[in-house]
Amino acid sequence: MVRPRLAPATTIDGFTLETVVHHGSMALLWSVTHPDHPGPLLMKLPRLFEGEDPATIVSFEMEQMILPRLSGPHVPRCIAIGDFTRQPYIVMERVPGASLYGRLEALPRPIEEVVETGIAVATALDAVHRQHVVHLDLKPSNVILRPDGVAVLVDFGLSRHDQLPDLMEEEFRLPYGTAPYMAPEQVMRIRDEPASDLFALGAMLAFFTTGVRPFGDPQRLANLRRRLWRDPVPPRALRPDCPPWLQEVILRCLEVEPRSRYASAAQLAFALRHPEQVPLTARAAKLRRDGWAAVLRRRFNPAWQPQLRRPSLAGALAAAPIIAVAIDLTDQPPALAEALRATVGHVLATVPGARLACLNVLRQNRIAPDQSLDPEGHNKHLQRLAELRHWAAPLGLAEARVTFHVLEAVSPADALLDYLRQNPVDHVVLGARTGSLRRKLLGSVSGEVAEKAPCTVTVVRPGQRGVPAEPPPPRHPA
Amino acid sequence: MRIALMSDIHGNRQAFEACLAHAEGLAPDRYAILGDLVGYGADPDWVVDRVREMVGRGAIALLGNHDEAVLAGQGDLNAAATVAMLWTRQRLGAPALDFLGALPLAVEEEDRLYVHAEASAPQRWHYVLDADDARRSLEATDQRLTFCGHTHIPRLFGITAAEKLMAFHPVSAVPVPLRRPRRWLAVLGAVGQPRDGNPAACYAVFDTESQELAWHRVPYDVAGAAAAILAAGLPEMLATRLYGGH
Repeated sequence: MVRPRLAPATTIDGFTLETVVHHGSMALLWSVTHPDHPGPLLMKLPRLFEGEDPATIVSFEMEQMILPRLSGPHVPRCIAIGDFTRQPYIVMERVPGASLYGRLEALPRPIEEVVETGIAVATALDAVHRQHVVHLDLKPSNVILRPDGVAVLVDFGLSRHDQLPDLMEEEFRLPYGTAPYMAPEQVMRIRDEPASDLFALGAMLAFFTTGVRPFGDPQRLANLRRRLWRDPVPPRALRPDCPPWLQEVILRCLEVEPRSRYASAAQLAFALRHPEQVPLTARAAKLRRDGWAAVLRRRFNPAWQPQLRRPSLAGALAAAPIIAVAIDLTDQPPALAEALRATVGHVLATVPGARLACLNVLRQNRIAPDQSLDPEGHNKHLQRLAELRHWAAPLGLAEARVTFHVLEAVSPADALLDYLRQNPVDHVVLGARTGSLRRKLLGSVSGEVAEKAPCTVTVVRPGQRGVPAEPPPPRHPA
Repeated sequence: MRIALMSDIHGNRQAFEACLAHAEGLAPDRYAILGDLVGYGADPDWVVDRVREMVGRGAIALLGNHDEAVLAGQGDLNAAATVAMLWTRQRLGAPALDFLGALPLAVEEEDRLYVHAEASAPQRWHYVLDADDARRSLEATDQRLTFCGHTHIPRLFGITAAEKLMAFHPVSAVPVPLRRPRRWLAVLGAVGQPRDGNPAACYAVFDTESQELAWHRVPYDVAGAAAAILAAGLPEMLATRLYGGH
């Protein structure tokens, strides 16, 4: 297959080549223009002539399958695809901003930046996982931060779509990926595990925090397998100011067994956003690697077999939702509080991987920019937290499954909606306002949340059978 | 062009009607019926009439092994299928039998081959169940895409860049790109007697523009189809298996 050499000003299907902006090992990236598509645009062209590694072709085919099926701000928008019968290419949005690769020049990074990056990338992973795709080659050079801080994942050439054929799996005996970030199950050629991306993110965060790659950069398969039994140096041993909670999060991402990591990217993002609510385990306290006796036991004991295989991507995500419950602590009748708890209990009982966020809105009569300086406000805040814990106590949830949040705001509905938009909540449960007079005066919080929330909403009413129904109050204008 | 592909209707009127109604919603430009119009189900005459009418309007229809057995009055069939075959043979009128008798074993169109069973020897009615069967079938044709039925289990096989063969279980209503220049073999699954544990009827739509194939699972009146089988005096297991799709 002899094709003309591509040069600037060449036109392919209406796209005019400008300059090569990146020489990758498998593909070239050209900046291109098209009269019908506002730019800036990139055209990705596989390097078909150099070595003819079938992986180049197959991974390009995978990306051609997957990228057009992804949408949203966390992936480059796919504009056009060129067939292999003529000139294979992918034209996509040229994402403004820099990749995280540049950050490797000045390591370690400030802790706040590591946490922010972790939140941004976990949020992007959640968006992609929800579209049935596992990235499987997450690394600093494959993450671009938009100017507003939104993380964009690029290069889906090694990715797996849960609902499409996997061309890579049949093709190669060796695992494909990037050695420093590759999850243990990926080393064992399992290609359908979303938690593989969480492992890669954990390896990135450890590298950013300490300046040391947690598993080095092994070049041979035998050395790649070491991560199945050899634990990384705890970040705090290399970076004493790494907070215990961050080490907890990082080491949980780096667990050998996928099921021991966070249940979803959304739950990881949630943990990074709420450090004070991360339950600390032995991981947080660890200051040195496991002793050789433990390592040898893991390596040579045939009874120690890590469980690397789990159900499919869709199943794993569905099994790990974040449920939020909004509790009105001031004028909520006890029957409603109980009904809310019962409903939440039912939801949690059916999905053991679910976690619960208990929300309360502390109403402010004015917009106060810094509540923490106001001792009275601070006390109220603590009191509300205590009341939330009290409400949730009968549910008997393990510490790792529940968090408590007091939101301070003028409008409860706006506060709840803001929270639901910022946190990857799947389902919010809240009570209907009962007193028709209050509802008339204040409007229905549940109505507004139900209308505008970006997730499933359940509005709970205490059982009122046998009680004469009030006529429905007039609907409050939005 | 959008092509609605249906196979293994097996005289199941309820399932066929549901698939046709579902397909109408997607406005296909043509239909291709890949064999086994009859056998097992209680409405072979209705199904044959309907397909004949569709062929009159440009649809493709192929011969399947059950159609052939009904014509011959014998075939390599199990006991229940033989009972159904003999019953169907009595039930169908001369015009229906003539129509079945004139159906081709395979049709080629652009880069596509339509065939009921494995393509290396269509009339031997081999199943395409695994990668070896798929490779034999793909090597027997120059066409890039093969669409077949016969197994009642939806599958997709493809020959990749390194000449390896991959197999895939399609997910309902998720279009799979059958990209050039790869060669693909799609097994459709059954309209009238699904056997992959999902009782919903199965058919597929191929879009020649986007080169995407989507399998669709369509719920239908299983109880109605099962009741008709029992009312016709056909073997009970032909009715009960519809509920579990096996």
